[in-house]
Amino acid sequence: MSLKMKAFKKSIWVYHVACSPCNNCDIEILDLLTPRFDVERFGILLVGSPRHADALLVTGMVNRLSKPRLIEVYLQTPRPRVVFAFGSCGISTGIFAGGYNTEGPVDKVIHEVDPEGVIVYVPGCPPRPEAMIDAIVKALKAI
Amino acid sequence: MKKKTVIPIGPYHPLLEEPEFFILYVDGETVVDMDVRIGYNHRAIEKIVESKTWDQDTFVVERICGICSTSHPFAYVQAVEDVAGIEAPPRAQYIRTIIAELERIHSHLLWVGLAGHFIGYNTVFMWAWKCRETILDISEKLTGNRNHYAMFKPGGVRRDFNDEQIEYALKRIEEVWKPNELITNAILDDPVMHARLKGVGVLSTEDAIAYSVVGPTARGSNLDWDVRRDHPYGAYDKVKWDVCVQPDGDVFSKAVVRLLENFESVKIIRQCLENLPDGPIDAELSEVPPGEGIGIHEAPRGEVFHYVRSDGSNMPYRHKVRAPTFMNLPSFKASCIGEEIADVALITASIDPCYCCTERVGVVDKSGNRSTLKEADLIKLSQEKTELIRKKLGK
Repeated sequence: MSLKMKAFKKSIWVYHVACSPCNNCDIEILDLLTPRFDVERFGILLVGSPRHADALLVTGMVNRLSKPRLIEVYLQTPRPRVVFAFGSCGISTGIFAGGYNTEGPVDKVIHEVDPEGVIVYVPGCPPRPEAMIDAIVKALKAI
Repeated sequence: MKKKTVIPIGPYHPLLEEPEFFILYVDGETVVDMDVRIGYNHRAIEKIVESKTWDQDTFVVERICGICSTSHPFAYVQAVEDVAGIEAPPRAQYIRTIIAELERIHSHLLWVGLAGHFIGYNTVFMWAWKCRETILDISEKLTGNRNHYAMFKPGGVRRDFNDEQIEYALKRIEEVWKPNELITNAILDDPVMHARLKGVGVLSTEDAIAYSVVGPTARGSNLDWDVRRDHPYGAYDKVKWDVCVQPDGDVFSKAVVRLLENFESVKIIRQCLENLPDGPIDAELSEVPPGEGIGIHEAPRGEVFHYVRSDGSNMPYRHKVRAPTFMNLPSFKASCIGEEIADVALITASIDPCYCCTERVGVVDKSGNRSTLKEADLIKLSQEKTELIRKKLGK
């Protein structure tokens, strides 16, 4: 394992990108920071800029206005990077499939600019905080 | 004319949970003008609703907003029941009220936490959200999910409560009272909070009326408006509770209104659980005749209004949503200008804006370029809409 990967897996910093979600995955992500779940004890930290982040937490079905922003944020994230697609909307656009403003799902948008991009799918509407922690652990094992 | 500095905030900003884009025009430290661009959250919900059946639509409107995931279905099912001319049975009404009030507590605590985070009191954030977990536990026990409860259906509710669930909820709801009291007292007693929140972002009663603000934003500006009392639905007219009003219109007042409302919500839930009537939970909606219907509900952020038109088929012909933030958003103009930049985040947060609910205001012109309605248009639209609603309600 390269030094870079070792550092990457030690303490994963995440940036939250809300691409037209219904807010529910987002509040569950914030929930992760609060006393009941407290992911900071695992070294997972929510940061304010994609340039500081190892992983992007993407929620929502990605609409026309947020698509270019998601791509921009993704390209700003330093390698190695991983994208977590949270919720049914993130992984498949869910109930919003077929809407005139739906550009997603997240993997389609990311693979347009980076076909090698690593995407982790976290199903649920919204996924439970435990499922989110589990997804991060599984992803780190798999990488 | 003096040169103005323009500060963009967003659309992806660490301060904001949702994507929105503020443009501040500042002179030194003082904000002289402000604009907001939205549309990052537009999901074409009203159009999607028209392509699904009446029953499926309950799930779509639930996903308008994750925090208000009871408010929208509550208003929607009332609108459908209005068209169909049926009424949900009493037990269903009580269950609806319980879920709606649980949501109000969790939403208000969420806001208190975020507001604490904005002013640098992360302890408040942690404590409020810890207390909020109790509500999510109760919701999970009663409905099966922490958020997005999927309890509502036109004509009634989808799931009944059993005795064990009621007992559990009654026991756990008491755990909310004490931490909420603690947070309320901490905010009321703390001189720093007073200095930081009092007199900041004042929305006067006149402005509040002019902008037609709703919910805690209006009640914080000394307007005694609450749909739950003024146009009773659900079980709100069968339980004892008070409308909380504060006189000053500043951020402090709005915070106090929300904290006090939590106690009222606990009272409502307790009474509803204790006096839950027996009987069916579903009025069996068979068909929806052609016609129009409206449904209103006092969401945590204010009055939410749904309009549906039926052409007699199994899908709505038209569905229109007016979310509370749509009314509250333009009041930034009155409360932010003349304040310091540092306070803007707090003031904008003080109305508890929910862009997920509001994102239906963007317009697309013929050439395909997206433009967003300006502040003045927003106000005009919202005032026109209020007029329409007033007429519909015959007020």
